[in-house]
Order: sequence, then structure tokens, then C-alpha cells
Amino acid sequence: MQLGLEYYLVLSALLFTIGVIGVLIRRNAIIIFMCIELMLNAANLAFVAISRNLGDPDGQLFVFFVMAVAAAEVAIGLAIIVSVFKHRETINVDEVNSLKG
Amino acid sequence: MDNLPLHVFIISSIVKILIIAHLLIIGVMAMIWSERRVSGWMQDRLGPNRVGPQGLLQPIADGIKFLFKEDLIPNHVDKPLYVLAPVMLLVPAMIAIAVVPFGSSMTILGHEIPLQIADINIGILYILAITSLGVYGVVIGAWASNNKYSLLGGLRSSAQMISYELTLGLAIIGVLMLTDLPDEILTKLGDDEVNPLSLRHIAYAQGVHSWNILVHFPAFLAFTTAMFAETNRLPFDLAEAEQELVAGYHTEYSSMKFAIFFMAEYMNMIVGSAVVVTLFLGGWHFFGLEAIGGPFWSGVISFAILFVKTGVFLFVFIWVRWTLPRFRYDQLMNFGWKFLLPVALTSIVVTGTLYIATNGNRLWIGIGNVVAAFIVVAIVAGMLAMDNNSKSAVQSTPAAAPLRGLDAVE
Amino acid sequence: MNPEMILFFIFGAVSLIGAIAVISFRHPIYSALSLIVTFFAQAGLFVLLGAHFVAAVQVIVYAGAIMVLFLFVIMLLNLGTLSAKGALTGKLKGVAIVLGILLAVQGIYIAVNALKNTALQDAEAATETVTTYTIGELLFSKYLLPFEVTSLILLAALIGVIVLVKRENQTEN
Repeated sequence: MQLGLEYYLVLSALLFTIGVIGVLIRRNAIIIFMCIELMLNAANLAFVAISRNLGDPDGQLFVFFVMAVAAAEVAIGLAIIVSVFKHRETINVDEVNSLKG
Repeated sequence: MDNLPLHVFIISSIVKILIIAHLLIIGVMAMIWSERRVSGWMQDRLGPNRVGPQGLLQPIADGIKFLFKEDLIPNHVDKPLYVLAPVMLLVPAMIAIAVVPFGSSMTILGHEIPLQIADINIGILYILAITSLGVYGVVIGAWASNNKYSLLGGLRSSAQMISYELTLGLAIIGVLMLTDLPDEILTKLGDDEVNPLSLRHIAYAQGVHSWNILVHFPAFLAFTTAMFAETNRLPFDLAEAEQELVAGYHTEYSSMKFAIFFMAEYMNMIVGSAVVVTLFLGGWHFFGLEAIGGPFWSGVISFAILFVKTGVFLFVFIWVRWTLPRFRYDQLMNFGWKFLLPVALTSIVVTGTLYIATNGNRLWIGIGNVVAAFIVVAIVAGMLAMDNNSKSAVQSTPAAAPLRGLDAVE
Repeated sequence: MNPEMILFFIFGAVSLIGAIAVISFRHPIYSALSLIVTFFAQAGLFVLLGAHFVAAVQVIVYAGAIMVLFLFVIMLLNLGTLSAKGALTGKLKGVAIVLGILLAVQGIYIAVNALKNTALQDAEAATETVTTYTIGELLFSKYLLPFEVTSLILLAALIGVIVLVKRENQTEN
């Protein structure tokens, strides 16, 4: 007896949506970044749920690759945020709108 | 063992949890007493000896004192997080013990009960995951205190913990690679195949083969050192270096909240020692002594052996604290990244290669590990020495060392 | 109500509340802590799905490393005071909520409806817990190339961060 796949996919869809809303309404670069992590996690949840339903562990491996890429992305992204902050004294994405350093 | 009836499973689990949780708390009290007495002994003075025989009741007196002190919350703190932080440090320290086996197994009323709260199949990863959470208590407490000394302590400690966690994880991989069990023990345990991540299997494997410390000596040293760093003890207590940072992340804490920080530190030490003993020092095995007695008494004896071993290791913690001076921040980072991490990585490579090359001969793997670790340390030290010679002319003085905490992200 | 369902609703509710808290707290530190709560609840869901190893890695990587970096940067830049004003943009808010609701409805619709007809649903064979052994074996056989590429990505990230940060130091000095 196991819970149907739909439950997990609905939860995953909701989490992803919250992430998207966060990216759209928040202006703080760090929070936008967190929302991206939230979306990645929602995708991971869907991967694992479908992996169980198909009886195929491959889905879990994709979660690892997603996590590895997310870790790399966070390192780079936070470094960029820190350097932007040093130049502009702000991390509000609306104020960081020119390509000039 | 997995086929315990449900009610036996539930009752035995509750009893085990109660015993272990209380042992941890009593252990903390014993540690507070012994730390003060041992430090007194090492410094040729007496230490607390007034409250009760040999000062044994001193921790209780301390506890009462903490309880009756005013629970002060300063005005400038971030109140919710300030209150939450000590708990965030204490809880990981307490729940990590759940997967550590504290004995072989004990037969009570015809049921063979494993002396371990939960044997989950990712055992050691669970411990790594939980220990990595301890950093939040420190960081959040530091930030919520809204005090620059606390913040510097918190930043230092988070950088330190992230750096040493890597060593902690990498050092055990060699152990996991060599964990295997003969079939008769597996059938006795009721498992189909050996699961190297399970601390129980690791402990049993050391009863069959040799203790892991003999095979993985460099990994043991790296793991232990990283464990010291994770528990924020001297010589790694830069997060609370009194000369520089008042008291670091718990400067603003008083009364019971401070006591909880204190308890969490000692609990981390106890859990850490138990993990080291299980992974490297043979767990509950002591040259066949654990097999003496019937199915009931052998369980008790194995528990006692683990208890004594953990106690001895805790003494090492105290001994190191009162012997070694504190690292400077850049020395700490250099040591972690340039010595410990290469040693841990070497142990993986050497163990894996020699396992294939010598067909799993533990003697050769043990020798190879030590030799390789020596070579790596020599190479790194040589390179550092050359580096220092070439730039010693422009080298800046270490006067800015207290603020080096910020270097980690710059 | 079987145990899995009860646990699913507990973990699901916690992760949703945590996620909403991430986007509604004004202070980034609180957002980061809420995100940690969400990650924990997700680790619980992974355990429910029999993916124990993924759950452990989730806690180690996300809660243990990534979020510490976030907290580190937030504390270092001391963002609290800066972001208090203008944290939300008024003009995009309405659009965002409409888009969000549309997206949610769409996702749920696909999840509930489309799956009823596909082969996914009748894969009744409840899978066993995927052991670490299985994952390791797949990682070093079928997925060897992606695995190696991942290590290259991590190396690239490492070098990228050092380059980003090193140049800053030199221009400042």
C-alpha cells in the first residue's frame, strides 16, 4: 500500500509555484536565489516520486546531478552577489540594472 | 533481530531512548566535573573539591546556580532567534546518538534486542548530516546577539565547521570500503548483505577483522582532529576565543540558555567519542571479553566496554584541551585544507588501490596508508616552506589575524 | 489513513508553510531558516519515498552546506537593514500572483489528470528501498560520463569563485 504519485506531484507543483512567485515579487537578490533553490527542490521531489513509481532508481541519480549543479550555482551566485554588493552597496535587483560595473 | 514483535519493539525502543538520553545528561555532568578536576590535576592544583565527596556534586551546584540566575534577554537582540539558537545546538547533539550502537545485543525474556536505538541503513550518513546542523545553533546565536564579537565568532565557526566537515566525511570512506562480514554473522543479524554504512555492521566487522585504527591510522587521526574542530574545543575554539572575542557566539547569553550551549558542547564531545570508538576503536570489542557470559551478560559487558572506551577517549579530549594552545585563524584554515584534507583523500586512494592490488590484505593496506600519509604531509610541508621562503620579504605581519574570519569569503 | 499518508500530509504541510515563509518574511535570515525547514520536510518526503540516501544527501548538501553559505553571506553583508524597504515590488505583485495561480492550476491539472491514463499509474509494484549500493553501481556504470562531467562543473565553479573574488582583492589593495 503506497500513496499515489499524484499527491507528490501536486505538492511538487505547489512548491515550484511558490518559488516562481517568490522570484517575481521579491527584489532581494539573495531571496530570489533561495526561491530558485526551492524550484530545484520541487523538481527533485517530482524526480524521486516518479522514480519510485516506475521502480527505476535512475530518477534518484538525476537528483544528485541537480544537487551538484545547485551547489556549484550557489557558490558562483553568492560570489557574484558579494561582488555586486561591494560595487553598488545594494543587492536589490531593480537597482542593479546597468551593465556598467 | 528485525523480527521482534511490535510491542516488544516499541517498549524496548522507549527504554533504550530513555536510558541513552539520561546517560547523555549524566555524562555531561560527569564531564563538567572531570574537566575541572583533570585540568586541576594537570596544572598541579586541586580543582573543585568542596561540594560533596571529591567535589562530585559540583555540577549539580552549577546547575542550580544557572537555574536561579536571571534569564536575561538583552534589548538589542533578535528575540525569536536568540531564544531558538541554544535549542538548535542542543537537539542535533542529542539525536545523533540514535544510530550509534552501544553494545552487541541482549536477550531479555526470550527476545534478542539489539543495543542500538535505530539501525537505519544510511547510519553514518545520518551522523554526518546531523553534525552538519550543529553549525546553525552557533551561527544563529551569534547573529541574533547583535554584537560584533558574537558575529565574528559565528562567522569563524561556520567557516571552520564547513571546512572540517569535508575531512570528517572523507576520512571514513576508507573504513566503509573495507567493511565486510562473513555470512554467519550476517545470518545472525538477519541481514542479506553487508551494509557498510550501518554503524552496527562496522562494529561487528571490527570484531571479525582487526580494529580499524590499525588499518586506517591516518584516517583516524584526520577524523579525530576534524571531530575536535566540529566540537569547537581547544585548540580549535576560535569561535569563542576569550582573548579576542570576549566569549564569542555566547557572549550575550546568560542563565539556562548559556548552560544549554555548554551542555551541547559536552554532548557533542560524548557523541563524537562514541562515534570514533565505534568507527575506529573496535566498538564494543575488546579481545574477546565481550563474548564472555550468556546472551544477557555479554550484552551488558559489551555496553560496559564501549562505555569505558568512550570515557578514555573523552579523557583525551580534556587532555588535548589543557595541553595545546589555540590556533591562529589562518593556521586553522591552512591546517584543515592543506594537511587534513589531503591526508583523508590519500587514505581513500591508497585503501582502494591496495585493496585491489593486494587482494584485500589488511596489513599491507595499513602500512601503505601510513607511508602515503607521511609522503603527502612531507610534500605539503615542503611546498609551504618554499612558498614562505619566496614571499617572506613581502609577508605581512599576522596582526590582523582576529579579523581573518572575513577572508574566507573575500 | 495509512501511516504514509499521515506522514505525507505532515511533511507536505511543513514544506509548504516553510516555502511560503521563505517568500513572505522581510528579513533574509528568517527566509533562509524557513528554507532550511522546507529542505528538512523534503528530506522526510524522500525517506517516505524510500530514497534514504537522497534524503541524507539532501540534508548534508542543502541544509549542511548550501544554506550555511547563504547565512554566511547574509550575515557578512548585514543585509537586514538594507532590504527592509522596497522588499516587494508593487507593480509586479498582481501579475505574479495571477501567473502563480495559473501555474499552480496547470501543474495540478497535469498531475492529477494526465497521469490517470498513462502507464505511470499502473506501475503497482511497490519498489523496495533503493539502496546506496544500487545508486553507487549506477553512478559508476550507466552514468559514469555525467558523473565525471559533474566533477568538471564543480571544478569550474571552484575556479570561477576564486577568480571572481581574487580580482576584487587586488583592485581594493
